[in-house]
Amino acid sequence: MNTSELDQITSIPTPVNVSVASVSKKVLMAVTGAILLSFISVHLLGNLQIFIGQGQLNNYAETLQSLKGLKWTVRIVTIIAVIIHIWTGVLLWFENKKARPISYYKHDTIQASLSSRTMIYTGLLIFFFVIYHLLQFTLIVTNPQYANLRDALGRHDVYSMVILGFSNYFISGAYIIAVLMLAFHISHAISSFFQTLGWNNDKVLPKLKLLANIVAILFFIGYASIPVSVLLHIVKLPVGGY
Amino acid sequence: MNLTLYVWRQKNAQDKGRMEKYDAKNITSHMSFLEMLDVVNEDLIHQNIEPIAFDHDCREGICGTCSLMINGIPHGPQRATTVCQLHMRYFKDGDTIYIEPWRSRAFPIVRDLIVDRSAFDRIMQAGGFISVNTGGVPDANSIPISKKDADTAMDAAACIGCGACVAACPNASAMLFIAAKVSHFASLPQGQIERKERVKKMIAHMDKEGFGNCTNYYECEAACPKEISVKFIAKMNREYFKASLTGR
Ligand code: FES
Repeated sequence: MNTSELDQITSIPTPVNVSVASVSKKVLMAVTGAILLSFISVHLLGNLQIFIGQGQLNNYAETLQSLKGLKWTVRIVTIIAVIIHIWTGVLLWFENKKARPISYYKHDTIQASLSSRTMIYTGLLIFFFVIYHLLQFTLIVTNPQYANLRDALGRHDVYSMVILGFSNYFISGAYIIAVLMLAFHISHAISSFFQTLGWNNDKVLPKLKLLANIVAILFFIGYASIPVSVLLHIVKLPVGGY
Repeated sequence: MNLTLYVWRQKNAQDKGRMEKYDAKNITSHMSFLEMLDVVNEDLIHQNIEPIAFDHDCREGICGTCSLMINGIPHGPQRATTVCQLHMRYFKDGDTIYIEPWRSRAFPIVRDLIVDRSAFDRIMQAGGFISVNTGGVPDANSIPISKKDADTAMDAAACIGCGACVAACPNASAMLFIAAKVSHFASLPQGQIERKERVKKMIAHMDKEGFGNCTNYYECEAACPKEISVKFIAKMNREYFKASLTGR
C-alpha cells in the first residue's frame, strides 16, 4: 500500500474540527490556573497583615497603590489569566457535554472526587463572588462610605474598611462560603496541574493529592480566619473610632 | 436466582431506542454475565422477541470486544475485569440490573448494546504503529531492552482497546487509550523512529473523532479492566510537549 492510499484511510471524514488541541487546552487551563493561584497566595499574605495591626495593613495597602507599574502589570496579567481560564473552562465544559449527547440512564462514579466533578460550578461561583468582592473592596461601589475612611496618618483606612465590612454576618458568610468553594477548586486544581504538565507518575500522584488537599485547607483557614476573627472581635476597630 | 434486567434496545443507528424490562430466570451464580444474557436471549427467542444484540468474542478477557455498561459502570462492579469474565456471583437473587451501551458521540450505536468503535482503529491508523521490514521473525532478544522499559511498555500494552475508559469518563474522553498506545511505543526502541510524529498525529486524530477532553477525573483508570494507570496520560502529555517543542 502506498502513502496516498494510507492517507486516504487515515483521513476518513470525521464529525468535527477542533482548532486548539485537547492537550493544549489543558495546558492553558493549568498555566492560567497557576497564575491565579500565585495571585491569591500573595493576596492572602497581604490580607493576613490585618493581624499585625492597622498601621501595617494600611501601610502595605498604600505601598501597593503607590507602585503603579507593578499594580497595573499584576492587574492586567491576572485579568488576562482569568479570561483565558474561564473561557477555556466553559469551552471544555460545552465540548465535553457534546462528546456524550445521550447520557446514561444510570451512571455511577467509581473514584472521581467531588471537587473534580464540581470544578465548573465552584469556578463560576468564585467568579461571581470575585466580582462582588471587587465592587466591595476595590472599586468601593457597594459601600461608598468606605472610600472616605482615613487613619491617623491620613492614609486610606483599609483596616477599618475590612472590619466594618466583615461585621456584617451576610458579607462574612458569603465570603466564607466563597473561600470554601475556592479550597474545593484548588484541591482538584493542584494535582491536576502536575498531571496535565506531565510531571506525574503513579508514585507521585497520591502525594500530589495529599499536598493539594493540605494547600487547599491552608488557603481556607487563611482566608476564613479574617472574617471569623472580625466576628469574634479578635480583630477590632482601633480605639477611639476611625 | 431471578433478576430483573433493564436493557437498552435500539433497532439500528437511526432508531431512537429505549430501555426495556426483561426477567432473567433460573440463573446460576457460576454463569458469566454474558452466559446470563445468552440464557435471556434463548428465552426471548421462544417468546418470538428479537434477542438482545451485544458484542463479544474471546470471552476470556483478552480481546476487548465485550462492552457493557452495567449499573452505570463499564464492565460491571468487579474491578479489573472485563464483562465476559464477570460472574453472576457478584449479583444476588432479586437484583435489578441496568445494561446500556457505551455512550459517546465517537462510538455510534449499531444496534442494542453494540457500538461502532472504529474511531479507535482510525486513531491507530493515524500513528499507532511502527515501521519494520517484513520478512522472517526477528531473533528474540536481538535488541536489548532494559527491565524498566520493558515493564513500562508491558503495563501500557495491557490495553485491549475495549473503550471502557471512554464509557466511564464523564467527558467521554479517549485519553487513557491513546496514552497507553503512545507510552507503549515510546518505551521501546522499535517505537523511536515515529515517536514525535505519532503522539501528535494520534492526539490530533482523537480530537477530530469528537471525543471529549480529559479533565483529570481518573474514572478511566478505575473502570479499565486492565488497570491502565493515568500516569500514562501524564507521560503522553510529556511526549506531546517534547514533540511540539522540538518539531518533527
Ligand atoms: S469477549 Fe474478549 S475480552 Fe470480553
